[in-house]
Amino acid sequence: MTGEKVRVRMKVNRQSVELLCEPRQSLLECLRDILGLTGAKEGCNDGNCGACAVILDGRLVNSCLVLAVEAEGSEIITIEGLARGAELDPIQRAFLEQGAVQCGFCTPGLILATKALLDRTPDPTEGEIRRRLANHLCRCTGYDKVVRAVRQAAAERREVRA
Amino acid sequence: MSERAYRVIGSRPVRHDGADKVTGRAQFGADIRLPGLLHGHLLRSPYAHARIRRIDTRRAEALPGVLAVVTAADLPEVPDRLLELVEGTLPLSYAQANVLARRKVLYKGHAVAAVAAVNRHVAEEAASLIEVEYEPLPPVLDLLEAMREDAPLLHEDLRTREFGQPTGKLSNIAEHFRHALGDVEQGFAQAEVILEREFRTATVHQGYLEPQTATALWNQDGRVYVWTSTQGAFSAREAIAWVLDLPVSQVRVTPMEVGGAFGGKIRVYLEPVAALLSKKAGRPVKIVMPRRDVFEATGPTPATCIRVKMGARADGRITAAQIWMAYETGAFPSGQCGFGALCILAPYDIPNILIDGYDVVVNKPSTAPYRAPGATQAAFAAESVVDELAERLGLDPIEFRLKNAAREGTRRADGLKYPRIGCVEVLEAMKNHPHYRAPLEGAHRGRGVAMGYWFNIGWYSSCTISVNPDGTVNLVEGSVDLSGTRTSIAMQAAEALGLRADQVHPVVADTDSIGPTAVTGGSRTTFATGWAAWEAAQDVIRQMKERAALLWEVGPDQVEFEGGVFRAGERSLSFRELAERLEETGGPVIGRGTVNPSSAGGSFAGAIADVEVDPETGKVCLLRFTCVQDAGTAVHPGAVEGQMQGGSAQGIGWALNEEYLFDPQGVMLNSSLLDYREPTALDVPPIETLIVQAPEPDHPFGVRGVGEANIVPPPAAIANAIYRAIGVRLRRLPMKPSAVLEALWSKER
Repeated sequence: MTGEKVRVRMKVNRQSVELLCEPRQSLLECLRDILGLTGAKEGCNDGNCGACAVILDGRLVNSCLVLAVEAEGSEIITIEGLARGAELDPIQRAFLEQGAVQCGFCTPGLILATKALLDRTPDPTEGEIRRRLANHLCRCTGYDKVVRAVRQAAAERREVRA
Repeated sequence: MSERAYRVIGSRPVRHDGADKVTGRAQFGADIRLPGLLHGHLLRSPYAHARIRRIDTRRAEALPGVLAVVTAADLPEVPDRLLELVEGTLPLSYAQANVLARRKVLYKGHAVAAVAAVNRHVAEEAASLIEVEYEPLPPVLDLLEAMREDAPLLHEDLRTREFGQPTGKLSNIAEHFRHALGDVEQGFAQAEVILEREFRTATVHQGYLEPQTATALWNQDGRVYVWTSTQGAFSAREAIAWVLDLPVSQVRVTPMEVGGAFGGKIRVYLEPVAALLSKKAGRPVKIVMPRRDVFEATGPTPATCIRVKMGARADGRITAAQIWMAYETGAFPSGQCGFGALCILAPYDIPNILIDGYDVVVNKPSTAPYRAPGATQAAFAAESVVDELAERLGLDPIEFRLKNAAREGTRRADGLKYPRIGCVEVLEAMKNHPHYRAPLEGAHRGRGVAMGYWFNIGWYSSCTISVNPDGTVNLVEGSVDLSGTRTSIAMQAAEALGLRADQVHPVVADTDSIGPTAVTGGSRTTFATGWAAWEAAQDVIRQMKERAALLWEVGPDQVEFEGGVFRAGERSLSFRELAERLEETGGPVIGRGTVNPSSAGGSFAGAIADVEVDPETGKVCLLRFTCVQDAGTAVHPGAVEGQMQGGSAQGIGWALNEEYLFDPQGVMLNSSLLDYREPTALDVPPIETLIVQAPEPDHPFGVRGVGEANIVPPPAAIANAIYRAIGVRLRRLPMKPSAVLEALWSKER
């Protein structure tokens, strides 16, 4: 009734995990249904909304477009891995302080996209921010407060580094 | 502009569910995990219109891993009756048939059967093994064709209601209504300029990011537990109970976090199916809709055809308006034309009005409300004509609107006499806004304005407040929180109790745990449930005054409460100090508040849009966009701005990009988020906001709902801006590049 299962080893949020999955199962499905990491969302399951984004080996990917078996040996950061202990990441705090969250469904993807952007481009222009965020649909906010949150997070990260 | 000084209202605290939303911890519908959970999948019709001859589920049932298969035959057969749904009345038989098709399928994607299996892949595979024999029928896809006498009929039992009365006439026209004020003939006779224009708008979708989902457990004691993404736990409970023919109390709905809704998550689709599957399987069943099904099988919002005839005198007074408006309802007759009719002329004081409205069934998914349902299409038509009239009369478009603006005492088309409204205030704020006064130079650039209105609703809400010994309170509410109403409601309780917002802990409860509360919709939640929280706070204050009176050995009426402190003469106790002493003075204090306001203050919104049109490609680029809206009193200005920006962005998408495309057989051609073009961060400019505050007269804090009116003006404002940029008036939505180019070419010919 189910296909033969494959063992997959990876690091998720800095912890080594090992799971058994079917070859047809996406990384998104395995994160959510096997590992219980439901922060990544299924909005379309075809790579067009960005709600399932996770960071895989330093790159932002739509986890619905990656098969779990392809993630063998990789390091993955999901939204659950961003806060350190009881402390929110500055990006998460910026999203709250700027009111960049409405329904919150696209928020995990947007926050990880922000992290991926700022890790490479610490001082992005508004155009660079909007281009990066254009891979993520948000139907609630009209993006304005999201852009402001990204700018706040960028400024805070630069301050910490300085 | 608000005259009263508040401590909490008007501030911008971080929302109570904020940490859960940014850490991935918030539990949305699909995030629920239960022991023994099965996964469901629905088989849907490939035809837009067909008779179902036969369904054979045996091969699906035989597939290993399958635990249940259901069809419409598993729905209870009950005598038909008219249901009062949130979005309108609908016969029970139609409500059932939209959940699982009985004899006919009426749109591509119409649910026909469902499977529960050990995982989604097996469920999908099993669904594909179900054999359905269809007899295809000609689909009725165009609104005006559906209205013709010789059109094929969708329903064998649908009879037109005319002016509220059944006519007995079989037709695709479900409803024809009329509003009349004054005498339009006379009004047009007084006019020096009369314009008559026709507008068409395409079917669009609310476009929420979270697909519909439902999880149900038909418990062995007969109770049905449902976890779902819904705008209304109680309206969902009622609808599920009706469709399954159960007493409402037999159903418990737990509202999960909702990943966007905008009117599209009021109706139930998957909940009764998951329940039927669970009943057969004896285990909980979760169904998550694939995105394609969200487009094809939930409720988009109606395509329309609207004709506007409007006349004005040379001095700029509108003398008469006649409207003919027809709205698609999709497969079943529960339409939104009536809402559109209340809004189409709402910003104006027009002495002579005649509106004829039609709701019409077509072979498309059954329509559902979308943020100010029916109003955006209506405003696109009326506000385009108002703009053209102003131009003909040589008047500034805002001045022209101000000359005719509705105010307190003006009659709306349906006869309602406005209480205090903020229409003039919004127009004045637009006129004085730096955006409106800023120069706009360059070729193919133009600026347009438009007004929008949504009437807002009142309706019933329940809250309880229990006092914690540390001087904070827990606020339990029945309103589902779509975008931060936990906080806007908690802030009203905090204001009343003299607490900080973070000293109120809001909880959205399931239907077993709080009193009935109407749907989160109609911009009612911050207004009505906030009011209920205020009532509950008054109940807490009354009880705590009694406790203070007991301690001080005075009468309760000698105790005063202000600014968070109870006082009687020289003696005083802070809310916290008294909260610590509840045990010794009689035990816990729980306040309750219920409200049922029959009406709410409507909200007006205005938009200013600057566009640049590329004459080579027809692409319209928004250079600048401003939204002005009356919030009555803005409880959380940041959240109000968020509503204004979100509604504006949706209106921009509706104006420029979004539409359902169908092939001649009624199959949707663009049912993915790639091809159905919702605006991205690159498609919208930073949306500027200006909140106007004309307090609602009845609400304790003067609150008006702000969730909807903001989506209404953008399409008309953008159309008016395009006209000023390139000299052509577009009268069809969306104003996509090909439409702009065609309009430009026909102007050149």
